[in-house]
Amino acid sequence: MMQIFTQTVMMGILISAIRLATPYLFAAIGEAFAQSSGVVNLGVDGIMLVGAFIAFYITLITGNVWLGVLGAAVSGLLMGLLMSFISVTLKAEQGISGIGLYMFGLGLSSLLFKVLVGTVQTVEGFQPIKLPILGDIPIIGEIFFQHSLPVYAAFLLVPLAWWFLDKTTWGLKIKAVGQNPAAADSLGVNVDQVRYFSVCVGAVLAGLAGASLSTALVNLFQENLTAGLGFIAVALVYFGGWRPLGILTGALLFSTVNAFQLWMQVLGVNIPSDVAIMLPYLLTIAALVAVTNRVRAPAALNKPFERGEN
Amino acid sequence: MPPESSVDATKQKRRASIDWSDVGFRAALPVLAMLAALLIGAVVLLLLKVNPFEAYAAIFNGVFGSMTGFTQSLVKATPLLLVGLGICIAFRASVINIGAEGQIVLGALGATAWALGFKTWPAWLLVPTTLLASFVSGAFWGFIPGVLKARFRVNEILSTVMMNAIALQLMNMLVRGPLIDQAGVAAGTYLAQSERLPQAAWLQRLIPQTLLTSGAILAVVLAFVVYLFLWRTTIGFRIRAVGLNPDASRYAGVNVALYQALSLTLAGGFAGLAGAVEVMGVHHRLLEGITSGYGFSGIVAALFGGLHPLGLIPAAWLFGSLLVGADKMQRAVQVPSALIDMLLGLVVLFVVGSAFISKRWAVRRSIANAKAASEEVKA
Repeated sequence: MMQIFTQTVMMGILISAIRLATPYLFAAIGEAFAQSSGVVNLGVDGIMLVGAFIAFYITLITGNVWLGVLGAAVSGLLMGLLMSFISVTLKAEQGISGIGLYMFGLGLSSLLFKVLVGTVQTVEGFQPIKLPILGDIPIIGEIFFQHSLPVYAAFLLVPLAWWFLDKTTWGLKIKAVGQNPAAADSLGVNVDQVRYFSVCVGAVLAGLAGASLSTALVNLFQENLTAGLGFIAVALVYFGGWRPLGILTGALLFSTVNAFQLWMQVLGVNIPSDVAIMLPYLLTIAALVAVTNRVRAPAALNKPFERGEN
Repeated sequence: MPPESSVDATKQKRRASIDWSDVGFRAALPVLAMLAALLIGAVVLLLLKVNPFEAYAAIFNGVFGSMTGFTQSLVKATPLLLVGLGICIAFRASVINIGAEGQIVLGALGATAWALGFKTWPAWLLVPTTLLASFVSGAFWGFIPGVLKARFRVNEILSTVMMNAIALQLMNMLVRGPLIDQAGVAAGTYLAQSERLPQAAWLQRLIPQTLLTSGAILAVVLAFVVYLFLWRTTIGFRIRAVGLNPDASRYAGVNVALYQALSLTLAGGFAGLAGAVEVMGVHHRLLEGITSGYGFSGIVAALFGGLHPLGLIPAAWLFGSLLVGADKMQRAVQVPSALIDMLLGLVVLFVVGSAFISKRWAVRRSIANAKAASEEVKA
């Protein structure tokens, strides 16, 4: 048991934690966009799966990981448009539409994988880049500044999303639509347009979250690669109180638990692996219990908007 | 006015209120949703260079081409119906239960543990108590997110998804540990499955040489029970009221949180029964992958059946057939059955999307009716 507390292992856990936070951050920040505008997109996991497969497949065929990332973004956009059409234009129940989108994504990615690839293969993907100067700092440099590009991008996304949502006109429009669509509408904001935009931004980021998984973290694809990670990302949005900084805290908490769990298995600590795998899910429920009475959701969350009805 | 005539009047009113064109329209929407999904599926198949007609014909032949195919569709319809009944109860209370997968697992675990624990009991005692055990364990797995929702306002969609993952790991752990088949251990195979259930716990086969068991009859009977429960009892009425308008229900003195938690608990119980039917009727033991994704396809069936227990009966059979057909298609034309999972997702999207169209239709009809009535008055 003591071997967990050696410096190598501790650093290993921290390095993994930073890496593993990447898909959580992409997906949860994206979901924060959608939810800030009042749309709960529960299809994140499905979008991630399709994005992960597309990025993996294009990289496998062309050898160009950037084309793969582009493909994942486009697939995310298309699925975002589908989700917006169903939940914004057709005003469908958002929770169930999201589950439909998830099932669609799960089925589509498995189908494409089985027909086009068949067996588990690895791709080259993104390689770690040691940042100049920063990467040379002992310990700190090793933990924070020797990662692959998507990891840096995910962390940069946090201040970027904060700035966009809190400091730009578009961000304020998104929040207005999420708080009081009728008032926003009467001030001339096109509610449906803003919601389409937010859901699609979220979906593109979910596609990128999938791509980061299959081309930067594990560098392979298999059926149901995400194993519910997208749902945890949705929970992180609640946990983070719809604020990018809160989401960052949550993502790091989860990735640290995950990294700890993985390292325990590597070290052969005598805990059944099933219990270890359960940890993040148990933690999610605990986190939801802890925050639900504390944070205030966007007032119009989960409510379709129709002129003259509210 | 004598009481008889007023009864007659309400009877007449009720008869008149069945508007068949409306019923036809509502039934047509899911069918259209299904056709739209099949169309998109065909496009995907074309892109994958598979002849869609061949693939769909293989599905159809898989079900209707043989007696086994047909009975097999009923075998798969059974858990779908049971899961769907639970989904109906939950969705009617506006509680979105995504946790059927985990609840099936718990039901299967409960049934297995009970039947193996009381091996010596006679069938007349063992079968009903095992079913009860599965209902209770499934209900327990629905009760947890139900209480979390009622007490802490935890979003039930997220909590049930997490409960699914936890249940799956729990089963993996038990089926490799305490419940593992000792024969497999002795033979050195360590197969992740439980010991075989005593024969007294098996469900009665309806047709020899098939997997069709009395579980199918149980499911259909329960569909009628759930119908009566939701539309003819006070608790059922309150569950529906909570779903239709939580605020109005609260003002009327209904404990909304309590009824939502109750509906989630009942939903878990029915999903648990589905797990028992799989264990007691199909596999006769607990093994990995026991849910076969019924927890999700059951949601699709429930939505397709208009969240009505009786509409669910044909819907469950339809999706049972699709699942059987998908297996056959996979073998006949080498199209992975994942195609069906994708189609199921599209059906969900289109069915919930079309609710808006049907609402528009209802509004237009009532306006037209009002106009016609006012013109009648004028005349």
